[in-house]
Amino acid sequence: MSDALVKVRNLQVKFVTRDRTVHAVNGVDFDLANGEVLCILGESGSGKSVTLRALMRLNPDSRTVMSGTVEVGGHDIVAIGEKRMAGIRGRVVSMIFQEPMTALDPVFTIGQQISETVIRHEGISASAAHKRALDLLDLVQIPSAERRLAAYPHELSGGLRQRAMIAIALSCRPKLLLADEPTTALDATVQIQILLLLRRLQQEMGMGVIFVTHDLGVAGEIADRIAVMYGGRFVEEGSVRDVMRTGLHPYTQGLLGATVHEGMRGHRLTTIRGAPPNLERVPEGCAFAPRCDVAEDACLTAVPELRGEPGHRARCVRLPA
Amino acid sequence: MTPGMSTALDRLPDVGGPAQPMLLVQGLQKHFGKPKGLFRKAGPVVRAVDGVDFALRKGETLGIVGESGCGKSTTSRLIMSLISPTAGEVIFDGQLVGSSEMPLREYRRQVQMVFQDSFASLNPRLTIGESIGFAPRVHGLAMEATRSRVRDLLDAVGLAPDQFYNRYPHELSGGQRQRVNIARALALRPRLIILDEPVSALDKSVEAQVLNLLVDVKAQFDLSYLFISHDLNVVQFIADRVLVMYLGEVVEIGPVESIYDNPAHPYTAALLASRPSMNPDLRRTEPPLMGDPPNPVNPPPGCRFHPRCAKAESVCSSVRPKLAPVADGHDAACLIALPGSGHSLAGSLAA
Repeated sequence: MSDALVKVRNLQVKFVTRDRTVHAVNGVDFDLANGEVLCILGESGSGKSVTLRALMRLNPDSRTVMSGTVEVGGHDIVAIGEKRMAGIRGRVVSMIFQEPMTALDPVFTIGQQISETVIRHEGISASAAHKRALDLLDLVQIPSAERRLAAYPHELSGGLRQRAMIAIALSCRPKLLLADEPTTALDATVQIQILLLLRRLQQEMGMGVIFVTHDLGVAGEIADRIAVMYGGRFVEEGSVRDVMRTGLHPYTQGLLGATVHEGMRGHRLTTIRGAPPNLERVPEGCAFAPRCDVAEDACLTAVPELRGEPGHRARCVRLPA
Repeated sequence: MTPGMSTALDRLPDVGGPAQPMLLVQGLQKHFGKPKGLFRKAGPVVRAVDGVDFALRKGETLGIVGESGCGKSTTSRLIMSLISPTAGEVIFDGQLVGSSEMPLREYRRQVQMVFQDSFASLNPRLTIGESIGFAPRVHGLAMEATRSRVRDLLDAVGLAPDQFYNRYPHELSGGQRQRVNIARALALRPRLIILDEPVSALDKSVEAQVLNLLVDVKAQFDLSYLFISHDLNVVQFIADRVLVMYLGEVVEIGPVESIYDNPAHPYTAALLASRPSMNPDLRRTEPPLMGDPPNPVNPPPGCRFHPRCAKAESVCSSVRPKLAPVADGHDAACLIALPGSGHSLAGSLAA
C-alpha cells in the first residue's frame, strides 16, 4: 500500500537505563489507510501505548532506542530532525490522552491553549485564532462555548475536559489522531458520549485514528480493525467483527472469555493463568506460550509468523500456514 | 484480654437468625462542608450521601452501582464507621453499631473491607504474612496459631504460602496484591465483606481470576458481600440484588435480573444503555444521556435526576420521589412508579 497514511515496518522500541533494558516493542508492522480506525487492544505492559507514542516520537529521547520504519503522511518519523518533528505534531498527527487533567496546562485557559496551537502552526492572528477556538468548542459539543474558552481546566467537569482536549488535538485538522485510552477515566454515561463524538468527528473529517484500549467493548464501538498486542508484538490482526467473533490466537480467546458481559452470571469466568512476561528479555518464541493451555515445543523455538487469511491473521503455530 | 473473648478467634455466632438482615442502613446522611465559624461564612455543603436506606440479607451479595460523585464510596465508609455520619444509623444483625451491644471493635471483627488500590491498602514495610496476621494478633490470637491461619488463608486465595509469606507488597503484581487484601479481610473470620471497586484497577484477565476467587471464598467462608462498582457487567455477574445511586440517593433497588431486564428508573435505564455493546453490528448511535453527572454541592430540587431526564415533567422539579414498588422486591424512586404522583405516566409501572 503506497497511499497508506501510516506505514510501520519492524518497529522496535527499547528503553535503556544504566540498570536495565526494557524491550517494550519487538517488531510491529502495520499500515493504516486514510479514514480508517485501528484499535490496538492489550493489557498493561503489552507495549500498546509505547507503539502509539513512537508514531509521534513522544517517548523520552535520552533513554529510547527506536529502530525500524515509521512513516506518517509521508514523513519518516524515525530519522526526521526535532525541529521538523515539532511541525508535524499537531498538524499531521495529534494525540489525546487518558487523563485530561495532566495533559492540559493548568495555568492557561482552554481558549489560550487552543489558540496557541493554531497560531504556532498556521500563523494566523489572535482574533482569528479565537474565532477558530470557538468553532472547535462547538464542534466538540461544549455548551456555552464563549464562557468555556475563558475557563481553566480545573473549572471543567471530566467530560468537558476530555472534549476540550479533543478540540486542541483537532485544531489543525490532523490527518491522523492517536488516542491513548481517552475514555478509561470517564463515567459510563460520559464514556459513550465521547466515543460517539470521536466516531462522528472521525467520519466528518476523514481522519485516520489509532485508538489504544484495554476494553473490548470500547474497541467494539469504535474500531474498523483490531490489533491485539502482547509482549510487544501484534499477535492478531483483523476486522473488528472477525476478531470479536472468532478470535484466532489463544490470548485473544482468553481475553474474550475473561471479559465479563451479559449472560455470564452463574458461570465460571475463563481466566488466563499467570501474568504477562517480563520484557527485560525479548521472549524467544511465542511470548504467550508460558500462559497458553495448548502450547507445544514449536512455540518456544521461534516467534510464530502471522498466519491465516490476508484480512485476519494471528501469530500462532497451530493455525494452518 | 477482654473476658469472654475466645482465644481461638473463631467466627462470631449468628445472633438475629436468618430473617434478621445482616446489615440494616437507615436514613444515612453525610454532608461534608465547613460550618459557620467566628470569622467565616458557612462553606458550601456537599451532600455526598443524603438519606440512604437499605437492607442487606444474610448470605447475599448486594451490588451498589453509580457514577463518580454518587456517594457509593462514602456509603461504604459510613457503614464501616471510617467516617461518622451526619445522621442515620447502621444496624448489624439486629444490633446498633457503636452501641454497647455492638462496640466498634467487635463490629470490625465481623465486617471487613477490600479497597480498589491494592498497593495503597497494604503497609509497604510489612511482609505479606505480617499484614495478614496483624489483626488476629491484635485480637489476641497466639503467634503459632496466627502463623498457621495466615498460611491457610494464603492457600485459600491461591498464593503458595512458602513463596509469598515473607515477600513485600512491592514484589507482587496487582492481582496478587488484591488476593493478599482478600486474605487479610478474611483473617478475623468476618461475616460481611465490603468490596469497594475491588477489580477496577486490574487487567481483564486478572479481573476474571479475582472475581472467580471472590465467588469461591464467599461459599467457602459463608460470607455476605456488599460489592461497590461502577462496572455494570461485573455487578451483574456477581450480585444477587443491585442498588443504584444517583447524587447521594437510592434511585432503584431490586433483584439483579429484574433491574437489568426491566429498569424502572430512567437513570438506571440510561446507565444500562451506556454500556458498550460488545457487538460491532449493534453499535450505539445516540448517547443515552447528555452532560456529566452534576456536582452534589447544589443538587437540583425535586427529583435529582430531572434536569437530565427525558421523561421529566414539571412535577418532577418540585416533588422529591420516594422509593415505590414496581415489581416483586424491586423499588424505584421515580414519580412514574408512584400512582397518583401527578406525572402523566404515573402508575404505568406500578406492581
